[in-house]
This record gives sequence, structure tokens and C-alpha cells, in this order.
Amino acid sequence: MANVNDYVIEVRDLVVKYGERTVLDGINFRVPRGQTFVILGGSGCGKSTLLRNIVGLMRPHSGRIFINGQDFTAMNDRGRIAVRKKMGVCFQGSALFNSMTVGDNVALPLREHTKLEESTIEIMTKIKLELVGLGGFEDFMPAELSGGMKKRAGLARAMAMDPEIICYDEPSAGLDPIVAAGLDALIRKMQHTFNLTSIVVTHEMSSVELIADTVCMLKDGRIVEMGDMGRLRASSHPFVQQFLDRRPDEEGEGGSEYLRSLTGGD
Amino acid sequence: MVAIVGNIGRITLDWVHAVLRVCVLMVDTINWMVVAPLRGRGLRVRSTIEQFVSFGVMSLPIVSLICFLIGAIMAMQASYQLARFGATRYIANLVGVAAMRELAPLMTAILLTGRSGSAIAAEIGTMKVSEEIDALDVMGLNPTKFLVVPKFLAMLLAIPCLTVVAMFVMMFGGFCLTTVVLGMEPQLYFEQTASALVMKDLVTGMIKSFFFAVVICWVGVYRGFQVEGGAEGVGKQTTSSVVTSIFLIIVVDMVFTIFFYFM
Repeated sequence: MANVNDYVIEVRDLVVKYGERTVLDGINFRVPRGQTFVILGGSGCGKSTLLRNIVGLMRPHSGRIFINGQDFTAMNDRGRIAVRKKMGVCFQGSALFNSMTVGDNVALPLREHTKLEESTIEIMTKIKLELVGLGGFEDFMPAELSGGMKKRAGLARAMAMDPEIICYDEPSAGLDPIVAAGLDALIRKMQHTFNLTSIVVTHEMSSVELIADTVCMLKDGRIVEMGDMGRLRASSHPFVQQFLDRRPDEEGEGGSEYLRSLTGGD
Repeated sequence: MVAIVGNIGRITLDWVHAVLRVCVLMVDTINWMVVAPLRGRGLRVRSTIEQFVSFGVMSLPIVSLICFLIGAIMAMQASYQLARFGATRYIANLVGVAAMRELAPLMTAILLTGRSGSAIAAEIGTMKVSEEIDALDVMGLNPTKFLVVPKFLAMLLAIPCLTVVAMFVMMFGGFCLTTVVLGMEPQLYFEQTASALVMKDLVTGMIKSFFFAVVICWVGVYRGFQVEGGAEGVGKQTTSSVVTSIFLIIVVDMVFTIFFYFM
């Protein structure tokens, strides 16, 4: 039986609602230290909402989220800030501050949260950027970087405070396969080098195969399958099979019928 | 009938929610601007100075130009009536009092709404759309402290400063037109202006300008945080920030004008 602290993240009976609509309904899972946990699912299944709850951008309707054994959902703001310093987030659109250089972006958490000398911060910024393969790009503005480079810079910023947990929201969205594969390799490298616990939200199967230790598949706000890739492939759940086989929805045909009824054609 | 009542109820609720959100924003801003620094959690001085330069210094040319022209226009219009009574020397009084009490604060506020209020809404809105606000949040950096307070302080400093400049430039505009075009003695214009103005005129103008600054900044910030969706949302809220801001400026102006009239 594993010690409670071996699970870095634990989600218990999480329910999230937007107004009357239930977006997540009774989510339960645990992420052991040093593992990559992938949240997989179609568009609008609530996977980004789940991530927003884990990083504390939303408060759930009910249920609890434990980070390192502490109840993150019940904390006051000060406690949450302390937990967030141990957590890095890579946003879908990288979310770099456009008014600052890449170097200032990476240095920002260090400047705000630590009392380090400016020269130390500069060195640390350089190290973080080199780690993601962006050495020498300190003085570039985010607008001057390509999509893949922005994501890497976002990762460098997320790594600035040496977090224990790192969350990626659709890391390979909008990137070509080569750049996406490079990013997957980087995620893998980060996990191995720093024993990071990672949570990745994605719908890219190719990248899931590469990075996932555990996969959890969401549909309509519920977990339909959870386990390693082998278990996912062996799953008898129709949605999982449909997702893995990339079969279109039945509703697609319903849509074309609807269109026909509107245009009156045959 | 039910639909009408329902609509009235919904609109009222929306208003109440909006007012509540504005109040939360106000309390939060004041907390990070006044209370937090007293507890040793500093202000972002560099960012405030940068914003001051952007709102104040960079607006100086346009504010000066417009106010100079308005001063001249006002003198011309005044002369149109006053000349009939042979009272052109009172142009100086009229321009001076109107500039100090009303037009300089109002014009500065309206120009800054278009120039900086909209910029605040667009900047915060874009940051919200591109998840930069969320990024601040997850880094443990409070968006109010980081974004709102520097803008707020800069605006509170910039608008009164610009208003003082605007007052003098407006009177100078009137002076130039009256002396050059209408041929009044410069000495006479000075004397008339000096005799017409009292300290209260300046104070009135400055108090107004201070509240205009509060309105412009709060509306801009509030609208910025209201942005939903993408670029369209930014555009919508930016436009709306300008309209709301100008409306509220006029309302505040009205309230203070009535108040100072009876004071």
C-alpha cells in the first residue's frame, strides 16, 4: 500500500457545474509521484475544466483535490499561492506576456517570489531557456517566436520555480508533427530529469503513446476508462474504441440529414 | 406581460451583478493599492512609472493641441455675443472660468478615455483571451496587484497633471485668438483673467479631474475583465468601455457641477 504522500495529486468525487449544467460528474483519480497522467477526451468533454480545477483557476461545486496530501480546495488564498509555487502550467496558447521579452517572462516568477540577486536570476533564466532548447533567445519578444518555440518558452517559464508538478494544456495543439514530436520528447525529458509529476490534457493519440504512464479517458464529464495504454486498447467501452479507431460520430450523418431538410434538396 | 416582467427582472439582476462585480474590483484594488503596501507588500513602482508615461506624457501633445483649439474656439464664440454689447474684454473671464471649472477637466477626461481607457480595456481583454491573466494567477501573482494597481495609480497621477496643463493651454488659446485676431491688449487679457479666477475654480476642476480618472480606469479595467470569447469580445468591450466611461464622466461632471454651484 503506497503512502499517501506518494500520490502527488488526488482528486475525490469532483463535481463541477457551469450554472445548472454539470460539466464534471464524480471524477476520482490519483497520480503517483514522477508519473505522467494524461487526460484524454473529445472536444467539450470537460478535460480543460478538469485541468483548471487542478491548477486552482476554478473552484469545484463539490469534491476535493489534494496536492501533496493537502486539501487544495479548502485552502485560503495564501495557502493556494504557496501550493502554486510548486506547480507549473503550460497553457495551450503558451500565454507568454507579450509586453515582455522571453527572458523577462521566464524571470518573472523568480523576481516576484524570490529575493535572489538579479545576476542569479539572469543565470537561472538562461539555464531554463537552454533546457528547452531556446538558449540565446532571452531578448526576443514572444511575437518573434514560432508556435513551437512559444510553447517551449512557456514551458521554460513554468519550470522557472523548479516545480514538482507540471500541467500541460494541449501541448501539441496547432503544431506540425515534427515540432509536436519534439515537444513530446521534451515533456518526457523533463519528467525523467527532474522526476516531475505531469498532467497532460490532450486529444492527440500519437503523443499519448509516447508520454503517458496512465491515461484517463473522459466522456461527458465522466471517466469512462483509466489505466495504461494497454488497458485502453483492450477496453470494451464503445467510446474508447471509437476514439482509438478515429471513427466519426453517428451524429455526423444526422447533421447532413438536417442540412438536407433545411435546403429541401435530395 | 410575463415576458416583460421577466425581462425587467433579468435586466435588474444583470445590473445588480455588474454593480457587485465593480464593488469587488474596487475593494480589491484599494486593498492592493493602500492596505497591502502598508503591510510591507510593495507596489510595482516601475510599472506605474511606465504607465504614467504612457497615459500622461504621451498624451500631452494631443491634449495640448485640442485644448489650445478649444480655447480659441471658445474665445471666438464668446466674442460673437459679447461684441454686440461692447464687452469683448470679458472674453478673458469667460474663457478662464470655463476652462478651469469645466472644459479642461472634461476634455482631458474624454481624450484620455479614447486614448487610454480603451487601451486598458483592450490590453486586459486581450490578456484574458490569451490566458495571460490565468498564467498570472497560476504563478501566484495577483492580477489586481500586477495589472490594475499600476494603471490606477498612473491614471490618478496623470489626469490631474494633464488637466492643469490643459487649463493653461486652453486659456493660452483664448489669449492668442483674442489678442491676434480680435486685437485686444495682452495686458488687458491678463488682468481680466486674473480678476475673474479664484482658487475655488482650480480646486473644483482638480476634484473633478480626480474623479474622472477613477471612472476611466475602473471602467476600462472592468470592461477588460468582462471580455469573453476572442478578438470580437475584445472589440465589443473596448467600444463599450469608451461609451460607458464618457457617459459616467458626464454624470459625475453634472453631480459635481451642481454640488459646487451651491457650495
